Amino acid sequence: MQALFDNPALMIVATGLLVGTAAALIGPFLVLRQNAMLSDAISHSIVFGIVTVWLLTGIASGPVQIAGAALTGVLTVFLTEALARSGRVKDDAAIGLVFPMLFSAGVLLLNLYARDVHIDAHAVLLGEIGFVWLDTIEVAGYQMPQALVWMGAMTLVNAAFVTLFWKELKLATFDPVLAQAFGLRPRLLFYALLFLTSGTAVAAFDAVGAILFIAFVIVPPATAYLLTDRLVTMVLIGIGVAAVSSIAGYFLAVAWDVSIGGMMALMTGVCLVLACLFGPRYGLVAGLQRRARQALENEARALVVHLATHERTEDRAEENVATAMRTHLGWTNERARQVLLRGLDHGLVLREGEMLRLTDKGRAEAEALLQPWLYEAGRPVT
Amino acid sequence: MNLIDFLSDYTLQNVAMGAAILGVVSGVLGSFAVLRRQSLVGDALSHAALPGICLGFLVVGARELGAILTGALATGGLAALTILALTRLSRLKTDAAIGISLSVFFALGVVLLTVIQGRGGASQAGLETFLFGQAAAILRGDLWIMGAITLAALAAVMIFWKEFKLVTFDPVFAQTIGLPVTLLEIALTVMVALAVVVGLQMVGVVLMAAMVIAPAVAARQWTRRLEHMVILAALIGMASGITGALISATARGLATGPLIVLAASAIVVVSILFAPERGVLWEALARVRERRALRGRQVLDTLLQLTRTHADPSYPAEQGMLDTYHGHETRAALERLAARGFVNPARHMPGEGDHWVLTREGLAEAERLDAEISGANR
Repeated sequence: MQALFDNPALMIVATGLLVGTAAALIGPFLVLRQNAMLSDAISHSIVFGIVTVWLLTGIASGPVQIAGAALTGVLTVFLTEALARSGRVKDDAAIGLVFPMLFSAGVLLLNLYARDVHIDAHAVLLGEIGFVWLDTIEVAGYQMPQALVWMGAMTLVNAAFVTLFWKELKLATFDPVLAQAFGLRPRLLFYALLFLTSGTAVAAFDAVGAILFIAFVIVPPATAYLLTDRLVTMVLIGIGVAAVSSIAGYFLAVAWDVSIGGMMALMTGVCLVLACLFGPRYGLVAGLQRRARQALENEARALVVHLATHERTEDRAEENVATAMRTHLGWTNERARQVLLRGLDHGLVLREGEMLRLTDKGRAEAEALLQPWLYEAGRPVT
Repeated sequence: MNLIDFLSDYTLQNVAMGAAILGVVSGVLGSFAVLRRQSLVGDALSHAALPGICLGFLVVGARELGAILTGALATGGLAALTILALTRLSRLKTDAAIGISLSVFFALGVVLLTVIQGRGGASQAGLETFLFGQAAAILRGDLWIMGAITLAALAAVMIFWKEFKLVTFDPVFAQTIGLPVTLLEIALTVMVALAVVVGLQMVGVVLMAAMVIAPAVAARQWTRRLEHMVILAALIGMASGITGALISATARGLATGPLIVLAASAIVVVSILFAPERGVLWEALARVRERRALRGRQVLDTLLQLTRTHADPSYPAEQGMLDTYHGHETRAALERLAARGFVNPARHMPGEGDHWVLTREGLAEAERLDAEISGANR
């Protein structure tokens, strides 16, 4: 068992997995409430909290540090909202004013008082997930990496919060006014959520630093949002994306000898691009295919209407032939072939030599289009 | 070191000039970004400069500012395009698009930074100063590059002043009179990327967003006119830039970016609290003045009604009764009215409270107010 905790590769991947899972539990609610940028503000300004807690108490990890430093995150949100509500500053500018101020103060305090500790300016940005296994703590007789223990605890807390308040969170996210009317206190719930976001950012700080954490909060849930309409599925897909990114990121980083945290965050971006392109419903490719299919369907309709209008006329021999699709409907050879194939496949058209003849089904469809008032949902009104 | 030495120090001159240039360009271009509610796009663009810095270094193989800034501009622009593409082509909203662009580009930068570190070489250390800014590292040659970019940006703002102004305040109207709105909006976003690029050496990628936002927000509190706001923002940017950069250059080991941002933030706090008309303090004072005026008028009206009910123009009203009637202390209001000559203390029986009586001027004023109120009610 101890051998597991002594395996650096396993510990690094496990820490990455926990950071991703903890963040993906909370992220969906921020993304859906259109407050994603609050995670940006929080993850920057907890630097101030971490430094302050360290200067005041000398504690650089553990529950006291997590809760204490997380207060700065909540303070950031509170100040931002107060500034925006005063009406003097727009809300986006308010975010961009408050967190740089706290972040600057944090960095300067580091410069002044903390030159030799492990939280130097470099670690603030990049994190040291590659070294998490060096800094251990004894739990239940085993030496475990500190980051793993505290990230694990934070993941459990987040999971418990999201499970316990699932209904409330869901309602407060999609219909805050109704939630308020039910007496669910959506604002309090939201602040609790942000407190947990801050706590997670603090716990993840040693591993991935302040800025890469933003990727873990926003990108996996955003990826999931492109793939599903259900909140449960969104949370689960988010966790899946985070897991895939952590594992793939670790191995790629080792293979190319680059930053592990950076590579994990970058992989979440890769997942997002893939979802954006190939998502089954909202993906770009699916969208293009759908549009192409609809275009073809429309032209198949044009064909049956064309055939129906000329069916009983004298120019039938001239109009209702395959070549007329090119000469009269203005389609290219390829297009005409596709439309005709579709018509034949769907049993709308029959081919008799050069002549094109409507089937009964094709004729019904043409009439439904030409005299829509006689039809309802494609069936004749009786 | 005395003042003359201080001012003629070569490094300090460079630093001060660099900070001044940075302040001007970020103030002017930031004004448009803030008014167009694009503040956080600036944040994303500045974080996204990191991979560009690394790419510039990797391509040229040395810490050469021209290449690095070109790279930063390129990835910044790419990040802006990513935000645009994500919001237009997917169902993601702006906030998520900005956050994605910011964090993923930054992650790419972190990865590239370790690629450069892996190749070794002492020059790689220079790149980390771009994270938080290092004013002392600025060379005279760098100033030329920064100055040229700034001049180009300012010239563009002056040439297209009318167009930018219209697109900022009323894009729909701009569209209807046939301006190329999308093009102008892209131009304004690219210019924010330019401001970011100029500030990279002084402030660094992480905090450059604050330099785009803070001077503009501070300037906005003092004026309603875009012309004044832009100029004021430039001055505020300069002041905070020079302050922060000089402190950083003289005290060893303090990163420049945070100092400049704190200086700018201090100006924002002062502006929000004390600016005339929009300031918090100003508004609070105005509210107090208004409440006092209102209470004076209410008391005056009560006195008038009392004279009418008692058919006695010099009816002495007891202060305690006025207090009870109004539900708050009226002494302060009565004394202010007395100072204006509208009421006088009246003689009263020993053991009773103070009494007040309307003067002739007070009666006239009360009648006038009364007529005004009933006129408004009719």
